[in-house]
Amino acid sequence: MFVKQISVFIENRKGRLADFTKVLGDAGVDLVALSVADTTDFGILRAIVTDTEKGVKVLRDAGYTVNITDVLAVAVPDVPGGLAKVVGVLSEKNISIEYLYSFVRNVNGCAIIIFRVDQPVQTADMLRENGITILNQEEIH
Amino acid sequence: MYYNPLIETMPREELNKLQLERLQSTVKRVYEKVEPYRNKMDQKGVKPEDIRSLADIKYLPFNDKTDLRDFYPNKLFAVPMTDIVRIHASSGTTGKPIVVGYTKKDLESWAEVMARSLACAHGSNEDIVQVSYGYGLFTGGLGAHGGAEHLGATVIPTSGGNSKRQIMMMTDLGTTMLCCTPSYAINLGETIRDMGIDKSQLKLKSGIFGAEPWTEAMRAQIEELLGLKAYDIYGLSEMIGPGVAMECDARKGLHIWEDQFIAEVVDPATGEPLPEGTKGELVFTTINKEGIPMLRYRTHDLTTLHYEKCDCGRTHVRMEKVMGRTDDMLIIRGVNVFPSQVEAALVGMEYVSPHYMLVVDRVGTLDTLEVMVEIAQLPADGDTVRILETLNRKISAALQQALGISVKVRLVEPGTIQRSEGKAKRVIDNRNYLK
Repeated sequence: MFVKQISVFIENRKGRLADFTKVLGDAGVDLVALSVADTTDFGILRAIVTDTEKGVKVLRDAGYTVNITDVLAVAVPDVPGGLAKVVGVLSEKNISIEYLYSFVRNVNGCAIIIFRVDQPVQTADMLRENGITILNQEEIH
Repeated sequence: MYYNPLIETMPREELNKLQLERLQSTVKRVYEKVEPYRNKMDQKGVKPEDIRSLADIKYLPFNDKTDLRDFYPNKLFAVPMTDIVRIHASSGTTGKPIVVGYTKKDLESWAEVMARSLACAHGSNEDIVQVSYGYGLFTGGLGAHGGAEHLGATVIPTSGGNSKRQIMMMTDLGTTMLCCTPSYAINLGETIRDMGIDKSQLKLKSGIFGAEPWTEAMRAQIEELLGLKAYDIYGLSEMIGPGVAMECDARKGLHIWEDQFIAEVVDPATGEPLPEGTKGELVFTTINKEGIPMLRYRTHDLTTLHYEKCDCGRTHVRMEKVMGRTDDMLIIRGVNVFPSQVEAALVGMEYVSPHYMLVVDRVGTLDTLEVMVEIAQLPADGDTVRILETLNRKISAALQQALGISVKVRLVEPGTIQRSEGKAKRVIDNRNYLK
Protein backbone atom coordinates (compact mmCIF):
# COMPACT_ATOMS: atom_id res chain seq x y z
CA MET A 1 0.00 0.00 0.00
CA PHE A 2 2.84 2.37 0.77
CA VAL A 3 5.73 3.61 -1.24
CA LYS A 4 9.23 3.84 0.26
CA GLN A 5 10.66 7.32 0.32
CA ILE A 6 14.22 8.16 1.22
CA SER A 7 15.07 11.35 3.15
CA VAL A 8 18.58 12.73 3.13
CA PHE A 9 20.14 15.57 5.13
CA ILE A 10 21.93 17.88 2.74
CA GLU A 11 23.86 21.02 3.55
CA ASN A 12 22.91 24.09 1.62
CA ARG A 13 26.18 24.60 -0.19
CA LYS A 14 27.56 24.39 -3.65
CA GLY A 15 27.96 20.94 -5.16
CA ARG A 16 26.02 18.94 -2.57
CA LEU A 17 23.03 18.18 -4.78
CA ALA A 18 25.38 17.36 -7.65
CA ASP A 19 27.20 14.90 -5.43
CA PHE A 20 23.98 13.32 -4.21
CA THR A 21 22.62 12.78 -7.73
CA LYS A 22 25.97 11.43 -8.92
CA VAL A 23 26.10 8.82 -6.14
CA LEU A 24 22.70 7.50 -7.21
CA GLY A 25 23.45 7.80 -10.92
CA ASP A 26 26.74 5.89 -10.64
CA ALA A 27 24.87 3.07 -8.90
CA GLY A 28 22.26 2.98 -11.66
CA VAL A 29 19.50 4.10 -9.32
CA ASP A 30 16.91 6.31 -11.01
CA LEU A 31 15.07 9.15 -9.32
CA VAL A 32 11.36 9.03 -9.97
CA ALA A 33 10.23 11.80 -7.64
CA LEU A 34 12.12 14.47 -5.82
CA SER A 35 11.40 17.25 -3.36
CA VAL A 36 13.60 19.51 -1.26
CA ALA A 37 12.52 21.30 1.89
CA ASP A 38 15.22 23.76 2.75
CA THR A 39 16.36 26.36 5.26
CA THR A 40 19.23 28.80 4.92
CA ASP A 41 21.82 26.27 5.99
CA PHE A 42 20.48 22.84 5.17
CA GLY A 43 17.72 20.98 3.46
CA ILE A 44 15.94 17.65 3.64
CA LEU A 45 15.87 16.03 0.27
CA ARG A 46 13.07 13.51 -0.21
CA ALA A 47 13.04 11.14 -3.12
CA ILE A 48 11.40 8.04 -4.52
CA VAL A 49 13.92 5.92 -6.35
CA THR A 50 13.74 2.83 -8.54
CA ASP A 51 15.75 0.69 -6.10
CA THR A 52 15.30 1.92 -2.55
CA GLU A 53 17.54 -0.66 -0.87
CA LYS A 54 20.44 -0.03 -3.21
CA GLY A 55 19.91 3.72 -3.15
CA VAL A 56 20.05 3.79 0.65
CA LYS A 57 23.14 1.61 0.71
CA VAL A 58 25.18 3.68 -1.73
CA LEU A 59 24.13 6.93 -0.04
CA ARG A 60 25.04 5.63 3.41
CA ASP A 61 28.36 4.34 2.06
CA ALA A 62 28.98 7.82 0.71
CA GLY A 63 28.45 9.22 4.21
CA TYR A 64 24.91 10.55 3.96
CA THR A 65 22.39 10.39 6.77
CA VAL A 66 19.44 8.58 5.22
CA ASN A 67 16.01 7.68 6.52
CA ILE A 68 13.25 5.59 4.95
CA THR A 69 9.65 6.69 5.33
CA ASP A 70 6.38 5.19 4.13
CA VAL A 71 4.40 7.59 2.00
CA LEU A 72 1.26 7.37 -0.11
CA ALA A 73 1.46 7.64 -3.89
CA VAL A 74 -1.94 8.90 -4.95
CA ALA A 75 -3.13 8.90 -8.56
CA VAL A 76 -4.79 12.24 -9.04
CA PRO A 77 -6.78 12.74 -12.28
CA ASP A 78 -4.86 15.30 -14.30
CA VAL A 79 -7.91 17.58 -14.74
CA PRO A 80 -8.96 20.84 -13.09
CA GLY A 81 -10.21 20.10 -9.59
CA GLY A 82 -8.41 16.74 -9.46
CA LEU A 83 -6.21 17.55 -6.50
CA ALA A 84 -9.00 19.55 -4.88
CA LYS A 85 -11.09 16.39 -4.66
CA VAL A 86 -8.32 14.42 -2.92
CA VAL A 87 -7.36 17.02 -0.36
CA GLY A 88 -11.04 17.79 0.17
CA VAL A 89 -11.55 14.23 1.40
CA LEU A 90 -8.60 14.53 3.77
CA SER A 91 -9.75 17.86 5.09
CA GLU A 92 -13.26 16.56 5.73
CA LYS A 93 -11.85 13.68 7.76
CA ASN A 94 -9.45 15.92 9.68
CA ILE A 95 -6.30 14.34 8.31
CA SER A 96 -3.22 16.57 8.37
CA ILE A 97 -0.86 16.61 5.43
CA GLU A 98 2.70 16.88 6.62
CA TYR A 99 3.99 17.47 3.12
CA LEU A 100 3.29 16.52 -0.47
CA TYR A 101 5.09 16.74 -3.76
CA SER A 102 4.39 15.63 -7.28
CA PHE A 103 5.93 12.98 -9.46
CA VAL A 104 8.04 13.64 -12.46
CA ARG A 105 5.92 11.14 -14.40
CA ASN A 106 2.30 11.09 -15.49
CA VAL A 107 0.69 7.64 -15.42
CA ASN A 108 -2.47 6.95 -17.49
CA GLY A 109 -3.50 10.58 -17.54
CA CYS A 110 -2.99 10.88 -13.83
CA ALA A 111 -0.52 13.05 -12.00
CA ILE A 112 1.11 11.16 -9.18
CA ILE A 113 1.25 13.10 -5.95
CA ILE A 114 3.24 11.89 -2.97
CA PHE A 115 1.52 12.50 0.37
CA ARG A 116 2.86 12.22 3.86
CA VAL A 117 -0.04 12.38 6.31
CA ASP A 118 -0.55 11.86 10.01
CA GLN A 119 -2.79 8.74 9.66
CA PRO A 120 -1.51 6.88 6.59
CA VAL A 121 -3.53 3.65 6.83
CA GLN A 122 -6.91 5.29 7.42
CA THR A 123 -6.12 7.84 4.75
CA ALA A 124 -5.37 5.20 2.13
CA ASP A 125 -8.60 3.34 2.92
CA MET A 126 -10.60 6.49 2.88
CA LEU A 127 -9.22 7.66 -0.42
CA ARG A 128 -9.95 4.27 -1.98
CA GLU A 129 -13.52 4.44 -0.67
CA ASN A 130 -13.76 7.74 -2.49
CA GLY A 131 -12.66 6.14 -5.74
CA ILE A 132 -9.15 7.50 -5.67
CA THR A 133 -6.32 5.22 -6.78
CA ILE A 134 -3.35 4.55 -4.51
CA LEU A 135 -0.28 3.16 -6.22
CA ASN A 136 2.11 0.64 -4.75
CA GLN A 137 5.89 0.52 -5.07
CA GLU A 138 5.87 -1.61 -8.25
CA GLU A 139 3.25 0.48 -9.98
CA ILE A 140 5.22 3.70 -9.77
CA HIS A 141 8.28 2.48 -11.62
CA MET B 1 53.07 59.31 36.33
CA TYR B 2 53.03 57.11 39.44
CA TYR B 3 50.10 56.46 41.72
CA ASN B 4 52.17 54.85 44.48
CA PRO B 5 55.80 55.84 43.75
CA LEU B 6 57.16 54.18 46.88
CA ILE B 7 55.92 50.76 45.74
CA GLU B 8 56.16 51.23 41.99
CA THR B 9 59.83 52.26 42.04
CA MET B 10 60.88 50.20 45.06
CA PRO B 11 64.42 48.86 44.60
CA ARG B 12 64.23 45.16 43.69
CA GLU B 13 66.06 44.06 46.82
CA GLU B 14 63.42 45.66 49.02
CA LEU B 15 60.64 44.45 46.76
CA ASN B 16 61.93 40.89 47.03
CA LYS B 17 62.08 41.19 50.80
CA LEU B 18 58.46 42.36 50.87
CA GLN B 19 57.49 39.51 48.55
CA LEU B 20 59.16 36.89 50.73
CA GLU B 21 57.45 38.14 53.89
CA ARG B 22 54.09 38.13 52.18
CA LEU B 23 54.66 34.76 50.52
CA GLN B 24 55.59 33.14 53.83
CA SER B 25 52.55 34.56 55.56
CA THR B 26 50.26 33.54 52.67
CA VAL B 27 51.59 29.97 52.65
CA LYS B 28 51.26 29.69 56.42
CA ARG B 29 47.71 31.03 56.29
CA VAL B 30 46.44 28.80 53.49
CA TYR B 31 48.10 25.76 55.04
CA GLU B 32 46.11 26.39 58.19
CA LYS B 33 42.83 27.49 56.65
CA VAL B 34 42.37 25.88 53.25
CA GLU B 35 42.12 22.12 53.36
CA PRO B 36 42.72 21.39 49.66
CA TYR B 37 45.95 23.43 49.77
CA ARG B 38 47.08 21.69 52.94
CA ASN B 39 46.38 18.28 51.40
CA LYS B 40 48.33 19.16 48.26
CA MET B 41 51.28 20.46 50.27
CA ASP B 42 51.25 17.40 52.49
CA GLN B 43 51.23 15.16 49.44
CA LYS B 44 54.30 16.99 48.14
CA GLY B 45 55.87 16.90 51.58
CA VAL B 46 56.17 20.69 51.84
CA LYS B 47 55.58 22.56 55.05
CA PRO B 48 55.10 26.34 55.30
CA GLU B 49 58.47 26.65 57.10
CA ASP B 50 60.24 25.11 54.08
CA ILE B 51 59.72 28.38 52.20
CA ARG B 52 62.86 30.24 53.25
CA SER B 53 63.61 32.17 50.07
CA LEU B 54 61.68 33.31 47.02
CA ALA B 55 63.31 30.54 44.99
CA ASP B 56 61.70 28.00 47.34
CA ILE B 57 58.36 28.82 45.73
CA LYS B 58 59.22 26.04 43.27
CA TYR B 59 58.52 23.48 46.02
CA LEU B 60 54.89 24.56 46.28
CA PRO B 61 52.27 22.58 44.35
CA PHE B 62 50.69 24.04 41.23
CA ASN B 63 47.02 24.91 40.97
CA ASP B 64 44.85 25.09 37.91
CA LYS B 65 41.34 25.94 36.76
CA THR B 66 40.42 22.33 37.51
CA ASP B 67 41.15 22.93 41.20
CA LEU B 68 38.76 25.85 41.21
CA ARG B 69 36.20 23.62 39.56
CA ASP B 70 36.80 20.66 41.89
CA PHE B 71 36.50 22.88 44.94
CA TYR B 72 33.52 24.81 43.57
CA PRO B 73 32.16 27.13 44.68
CA ASN B 74 34.09 28.29 47.70
CA LYS B 75 36.20 25.51 49.19
CA LEU B 76 39.38 27.41 48.34
CA PHE B 77 38.23 30.50 50.22
CA ALA B 78 40.53 31.23 53.15
CA VAL B 79 38.02 33.29 55.12
CA PRO B 80 34.45 32.62 56.28
CA MET B 81 31.70 33.81 53.90
CA THR B 82 30.82 36.58 56.38
CA ASP B 83 34.13 38.24 55.49
CA ILE B 84 33.48 37.99 51.74
CA VAL B 85 31.92 41.18 50.43
CA ARG B 86 31.91 40.49 46.68
CA ILE B 87 31.72 37.53 44.30
CA HIS B 88 32.86 37.47 40.70
CA ALA B 89 32.87 34.55 38.28
CA SER B 90 34.35 33.58 34.96
CA SER B 91 33.82 30.62 32.71
CA GLY B 92 35.28 27.28 33.67
CA THR B 93 36.29 24.62 31.20
CA THR B 94 32.99 22.77 31.52
CA GLY B 95 29.63 23.56 33.02
CA LYS B 96 30.36 25.25 36.33
CA PRO B 97 31.94 28.69 36.39
CA ILE B 98 35.02 29.69 38.36
CA VAL B 99 33.89 31.60 41.44
CA VAL B 100 36.14 34.04 43.29
CA GLY B 101 35.45 35.97 46.49
CA TYR B 102 36.84 39.25 47.77
CA THR B 103 37.16 40.64 51.28
CA LYS B 104 36.99 44.39 51.90
CA LYS B 105 40.78 44.48 51.93
CA ASP B 106 40.93 42.54 48.63
CA LEU B 107 38.69 45.14 46.98
CA GLU B 108 41.03 47.83 48.28
CA SER B 109 44.12 46.05 46.91
CA TRP B 110 42.35 45.61 43.59
CA ALA B 111 41.38 49.28 43.46
CA GLU B 112 45.00 50.15 44.33
CA VAL B 113 46.56 48.09 41.49
CA MET B 114 43.92 49.34 39.09
CA ALA B 115 44.56 52.95 40.15
CA ARG B 116 48.29 52.39 39.53
CA SER B 117 47.38 50.98 36.12
CA LEU B 118 45.29 54.04 35.27
CA ALA B 119 48.19 56.23 36.38
CA CYS B 120 50.45 54.37 33.93
CA ALA B 121 48.14 55.79 31.25
CA HIS B 122 48.41 59.26 32.85
CA GLY B 123 45.19 59.00 34.82
CA SER B 124 44.62 61.21 37.85
CA ASN B 125 41.77 62.64 39.94
CA GLU B 126 41.23 65.20 37.18
CA ASP B 127 40.19 62.58 34.65
CA ILE B 128 36.79 61.47 33.45
CA VAL B 129 36.98 57.71 33.02
CA GLN B 130 34.38 55.92 30.94
CA VAL B 131 34.19 52.23 31.79
CA SER B 132 32.77 50.34 28.84
CA TYR B 133 33.75 46.89 30.03
CA GLY B 134 30.74 44.81 30.98
CA TYR B 135 29.58 45.14 34.57
CA GLY B 136 28.44 42.06 36.41
CA LEU B 137 30.08 38.76 37.25
CA PHE B 138 32.83 39.60 34.74
CA THR B 139 35.61 41.45 36.59
CA GLY B 140 36.27 44.00 33.82
CA GLY B 141 33.61 46.61 34.55
CA LEU B 142 33.64 46.72 38.33
CA GLY B 143 37.43 46.29 38.44
CA ALA B 144 38.15 49.33 36.29
CA HIS B 145 35.37 51.20 38.09
CA GLY B 146 36.87 50.59 41.54
CA GLY B 147 40.32 51.68 40.39
CA ALA B 148 39.08 54.89 38.81
CA GLU B 149 37.11 55.81 41.94
CA HIS B 150 40.12 54.99 44.10
CA LEU B 151 42.13 57.37 41.95
CA GLY B 152 39.53 60.06 42.59
CA ALA B 153 38.61 60.34 38.92
CA THR B 154 35.06 60.85 37.71
CA VAL B 155 33.67 57.50 36.59
CA ILE B 156 31.03 57.05 33.89
CA PRO B 157 29.88 53.43 34.27
CA THR B 158 28.37 52.94 30.82
CA SER B 159 29.16 49.21 30.74
CA GLY B 160 29.24 47.59 27.28
CA GLY B 161 26.85 48.07 24.37
CA ASN B 162 24.59 50.86 23.11
CA SER B 163 27.44 52.59 21.28
CA LYS B 164 25.50 55.72 20.33
CA ARG B 165 24.61 56.48 23.92
CA GLN B 166 28.24 55.77 24.91
CA ILE B 167 29.40 58.31 22.35
CA MET B 168 26.85 60.90 23.48
CA MET B 169 28.14 60.62 27.07
CA MET B 170 31.69 60.69 25.81
CA THR B 171 31.24 63.93 23.87
CA ASP B 172 28.83 65.67 26.28
CA LEU B 173 30.77 64.89 29.46
CA GLY B 174 34.21 65.15 27.88
CA THR B 175 35.51 61.67 28.69
CA THR B 176 39.32 61.71 28.90
CA MET B 177 40.01 58.00 29.44
CA LEU B 178 38.31 54.94 28.03
CA CYS B 179 38.43 51.41 29.44
CA CYS B 180 37.07 48.56 27.27
CA THR B 181 38.07 45.62 25.12
CA PRO B 182 40.21 46.57 22.09
CA SER B 183 37.59 45.27 19.68
CA TYR B 184 34.92 47.40 21.32
CA ALA B 185 37.25 50.42 21.11
CA ILE B 186 37.43 49.92 17.34
CA ASN B 187 33.67 49.52 17.21
CA LEU B 188 33.20 52.82 19.10
CA GLY B 189 35.76 54.58 16.89
CA GLU B 190 34.05 53.40 13.71
CA THR B 191 30.64 54.40 15.04
CA ILE B 192 31.98 57.88 15.84
CA ARG B 193 33.32 58.15 12.30
CA ASP B 194 30.06 56.88 10.79
CA MET B 195 28.04 59.35 12.87
CA GLY B 196 30.09 62.12 11.27
CA ILE B 197 31.57 63.28 14.58
CA ASP B 198 35.00 64.84 14.18
CA LYS B 199 37.41 63.27 16.63
CA SER B 200 38.66 66.76 17.58
CA GLN B 201 35.35 67.07 19.46
CA LEU B 202 36.48 64.25 21.73
CA LYS B 203 38.64 64.90 24.79
CA LEU B 204 40.05 61.37 24.98
CA LYS B 205 43.74 61.26 25.88
CA SER B 206 44.27 57.60 26.70
CA GLY B 207 42.59 54.23 26.68
CA ILE B 208 43.18 51.08 28.68
CA PHE B 209 42.35 48.01 26.68
CA GLY B 210 42.45 44.36 27.60
CA ALA B 211 40.54 41.13 28.33
CA GLU B 212 41.36 39.80 24.87
CA PRO B 213 44.47 39.51 22.68
CA TRP B 214 45.19 42.35 20.28
CA THR B 215 47.89 43.32 17.83
CA GLU B 216 50.03 46.38 17.19
CA ALA B 217 47.97 46.93 14.03
CA MET B 218 44.82 47.13 16.17
CA ARG B 219 46.60 49.56 18.48
CA ALA B 220 47.40 51.85 15.55
CA GLN B 221 43.82 51.62 14.33
CA ILE B 222 42.36 52.46 17.76
CA GLU B 223 44.73 55.41 18.21
CA GLU B 224 43.84 56.74 14.77
CA LEU B 225 40.08 56.31 15.19
CA LEU B 226 39.81 57.72 18.70
CA GLY B 227 42.76 60.14 18.78
CA LEU B 228 44.12 58.73 22.03
CA LYS B 229 47.10 56.75 23.30
CA ALA B 230 46.27 53.07 23.74
CA TYR B 231 47.67 51.01 26.65
CA ASP B 232 47.51 47.26 27.21
CA ILE B 233 46.25 45.83 30.49
CA TYR B 234 46.32 42.24 31.71
CA GLY B 235 44.42 40.43 34.37
CA LEU B 236 42.45 37.34 35.28
CA SER B 237 39.74 36.90 37.85
CA GLU B 238 41.60 34.00 39.50
CA MET B 239 44.26 36.55 40.53
CA ILE B 240 42.02 39.59 41.13
CA GLY B 241 40.72 40.80 37.77
CA PRO B 242 42.07 43.56 35.51
CA GLY B 243 45.14 45.31 36.91
CA VAL B 244 47.44 42.33 37.47
CA ALA B 245 49.83 43.89 34.95
CA MET B 246 49.84 47.14 33.00
CA GLU B 247 51.77 48.69 30.16
CA CYS B 248 53.61 51.99 30.66
CA ASP B 249 54.80 54.66 28.24
CA ALA B 250 57.96 52.66 27.48
CA ARG B 251 55.84 50.03 25.71
CA LYS B 252 58.30 47.34 26.66
CA GLY B 253 55.87 44.90 28.18
CA LEU B 254 53.41 45.06 31.06
CA HIS B 255 54.49 45.67 34.68
CA ILE B 256 53.23 42.95 36.97
CA TRP B 257 52.41 44.51 40.37
CA GLU B 258 54.84 42.38 42.29
CA ASP B 259 53.91 43.55 45.76
CA GLN B 260 50.65 41.63 45.12
CA PHE B 261 51.64 38.78 42.80
CA ILE B 262 54.74 36.66 42.34
CA ALA B 263 55.19 35.76 38.69
CA GLU B 264 57.09 32.75 37.37
CA VAL B 265 57.54 31.38 33.89
CA VAL B 266 57.67 27.58 33.73
CA ASP B 267 58.08 24.93 31.08
CA PRO B 268 54.46 24.03 30.25
CA ALA B 269 55.37 20.35 29.87
CA THR B 270 57.58 19.74 32.90
CA GLY B 271 56.55 22.59 35.18
CA GLU B 272 60.24 23.47 35.70
CA PRO B 273 60.91 27.18 36.29
CA LEU B 274 62.57 28.82 33.28
CA PRO B 275 65.27 31.51 33.40
CA GLU B 276 64.52 35.17 32.69
CA GLY B 277 64.01 35.94 29.02
CA THR B 278 62.77 32.44 28.14
CA LYS B 279 59.27 31.96 26.81
CA GLY B 280 57.02 29.70 28.85
CA GLU B 281 53.82 29.46 30.82
CA LEU B 282 53.01 32.27 33.21
CA VAL B 283 52.35 31.14 36.78
CA PHE B 284 51.11 33.45 39.54
CA THR B 285 51.00 33.32 43.32
CA THR B 286 48.93 35.91 45.17
CA ILE B 287 50.77 37.25 48.23
CA ASN B 288 48.36 39.84 49.56
CA LYS B 289 44.98 38.26 49.05
CA GLU B 290 42.58 37.19 51.79
CA GLY B 291 39.44 35.85 50.11
CA ILE B 292 40.86 33.30 47.75
CA PRO B 293 44.66 33.18 47.80
CA MET B 294 46.13 31.27 44.87
CA LEU B 295 49.37 29.33 45.06
CA ARG B 296 51.28 28.88 41.80
CA TYR B 297 48.24 29.25 39.57
CA ARG B 298 48.86 28.13 36.01
CA THR B 299 47.45 30.77 33.67
CA HIS B 300 48.17 28.75 30.48
CA ASP B 301 49.24 32.07 28.94
CA LEU B 302 52.61 31.99 27.17
CA THR B 303 54.95 34.90 27.76
CA THR B 304 58.49 35.99 28.68
CA LEU B 305 59.55 37.96 31.77
CA HIS B 306 62.08 40.82 31.92
CA TYR B 307 63.45 42.08 35.25
CA GLU B 308 65.73 44.99 34.35
CA LYS B 309 64.52 48.41 35.45
CA CYS B 310 62.19 50.04 32.95
CA ASP B 311 62.70 53.39 31.22
CA CYS B 312 59.62 54.61 33.10
CA GLY B 313 61.44 54.14 36.40
CA ARG B 314 59.27 51.29 37.64
CA THR B 315 61.11 48.29 39.05
CA HIS B 316 58.32 45.73 38.76
CA VAL B 317 58.94 42.85 36.36
CA ARG B 318 57.59 43.20 32.82
CA MET B 319 55.75 40.46 30.94
CA GLU B 320 55.64 40.54 27.17
CA LYS B 321 52.27 40.66 25.49
CA VAL B 322 50.79 37.17 25.81
CA MET B 323 51.95 35.09 22.85
CA GLY B 324 49.43 32.28 22.89
CA ARG B 325 48.04 29.62 25.15
CA THR B 326 49.14 26.19 26.30
CA ASP B 327 45.54 24.99 26.16
CA ASP B 328 42.67 25.52 23.76
CA MET B 329 41.04 28.46 25.49
CA LEU B 330 39.69 31.12 23.16
CA ILE B 331 38.80 34.67 24.01
CA ILE B 332 35.76 35.78 22.08
CA ARG B 333 34.38 39.25 22.68
CA GLY B 334 36.28 39.32 25.96
CA VAL B 335 34.75 36.04 27.12
CA ASN B 336 36.82 32.94 27.79
CA VAL B 337 35.59 29.98 25.79
CA PHE B 338 36.76 26.39 25.97
CA PRO B 339 35.79 23.85 23.29
CA SER B 340 35.05 21.42 26.14
CA GLN B 341 32.16 23.70 27.17
CA VAL B 342 30.65 23.16 23.74
CA GLU B 343 31.09 19.42 24.09
CA ALA B 344 29.39 19.44 27.49
CA ALA B 345 26.45 21.40 26.09
CA LEU B 346 26.03 18.95 23.20
CA VAL B 347 25.85 15.86 25.39
CA GLY B 348 22.33 14.47 25.40
CA MET B 349 21.18 16.41 22.33
CA GLU B 350 19.21 14.22 19.94
CA TYR B 351 20.18 13.59 16.34
CA VAL B 352 23.71 15.03 16.59
CA SER B 353 27.11 13.37 16.95
CA PRO B 354 29.94 14.46 19.25
CA HIS B 355 31.79 15.83 16.23
CA TYR B 356 31.83 19.60 16.35
CA MET B 357 34.03 22.48 15.31
CA LEU B 358 34.26 26.06 16.52
CA VAL B 359 34.82 28.62 13.79
CA VAL B 360 35.86 32.00 15.15
CA ASP B 361 35.93 34.95 12.82
CA ARG B 362 35.82 38.69 12.89
CA VAL B 363 33.12 40.46 10.93
CA GLY B 364 33.93 44.16 10.97
CA THR B 365 35.05 44.63 14.54
CA LEU B 366 32.91 41.97 16.11
CA ASP B 367 34.11 38.48 16.88
CA THR B 368 31.70 35.82 15.73
CA LEU B 369 31.45 32.22 16.83
CA GLU B 370 29.90 29.56 14.67
CA VAL B 371 29.66 26.00 15.92
CA MET B 372 29.39 23.27 13.32
CA VAL B 373 27.67 20.16 14.57
CA GLU B 374 27.37 16.93 12.61
CA ILE B 375 23.98 15.34 12.14
CA ALA B 376 24.13 11.70 13.20
CA GLN B 377 20.63 10.56 12.33
CA LEU B 378 17.41 12.05 11.04
CA PRO B 379 14.19 12.23 13.02
CA ALA B 380 12.08 9.15 12.18
CA ASP B 381 9.67 10.94 9.86
CA GLY B 382 7.18 13.75 9.82
CA ASP B 383 8.23 17.31 9.69
CA THR B 384 11.98 16.72 9.57
CA VAL B 385 12.97 20.26 8.65
CA ARG B 386 11.00 21.80 11.47
CA ILE B 387 12.40 19.30 13.97
CA LEU B 388 15.95 20.07 12.86
CA GLU B 389 15.33 23.80 12.98
CA THR B 390 14.02 23.42 16.51
CA LEU B 391 17.10 21.36 17.35
CA ASN B 392 19.30 24.09 15.91
CA ARG B 393 17.64 26.69 18.12
CA LYS B 394 17.87 24.40 21.13
CA ILE B 395 21.62 23.91 20.63
CA SER B 396 22.13 27.66 20.11
CA ALA B 397 20.29 28.42 23.33
CA ALA B 398 22.24 25.78 25.28
CA LEU B 399 25.55 27.10 23.97
CA GLN B 400 24.61 30.69 24.65
CA GLN B 401 23.75 29.73 28.19
CA ALA B 402 26.96 27.76 28.67
CA LEU B 403 29.34 30.24 27.03
CA GLY B 404 27.68 33.56 27.73
CA ILE B 405 27.97 34.75 24.14
CA SER B 406 25.69 34.37 21.16
CA VAL B 407 26.51 31.44 18.93
CA LYS B 408 25.43 30.54 15.44
CA VAL B 409 24.91 26.81 15.09
CA ARG B 410 25.27 25.13 11.73
CA LEU B 411 24.13 21.55 11.30
CA VAL B 412 26.41 19.77 8.86
CA GLU B 413 26.53 16.42 7.11
CA PRO B 414 28.32 13.54 8.80
CA GLY B 415 32.01 13.39 7.94
CA THR B 416 32.23 17.13 7.28
CA ILE B 417 34.44 17.73 10.27
CA GLN B 418 37.91 16.40 9.81
CA ARG B 419 38.79 13.43 11.99
CA SER B 420 42.25 13.45 13.46
CA GLU B 421 44.21 10.57 14.86
CA GLY B 422 45.68 12.47 17.75
CA LYS B 423 44.11 15.33 19.64
CA ALA B 424 40.98 16.40 17.82
CA LYS B 425 41.14 19.78 16.16
CA ARG B 426 38.12 21.61 17.45
CA VAL B 427 38.83 25.20 16.52
CA ILE B 428 39.37 27.23 13.41
CA ASP B 429 40.30 30.77 14.40
CA ASN B 430 40.33 33.05 11.39
CA ARG B 431 41.12 36.20 13.36
CA ASN B 432 44.92 35.93 13.23
CA TYR B 433 45.45 38.00 16.33
CA LEU B 434 48.94 37.22 17.26
CA LYS B 435 50.96 36.95 14.12
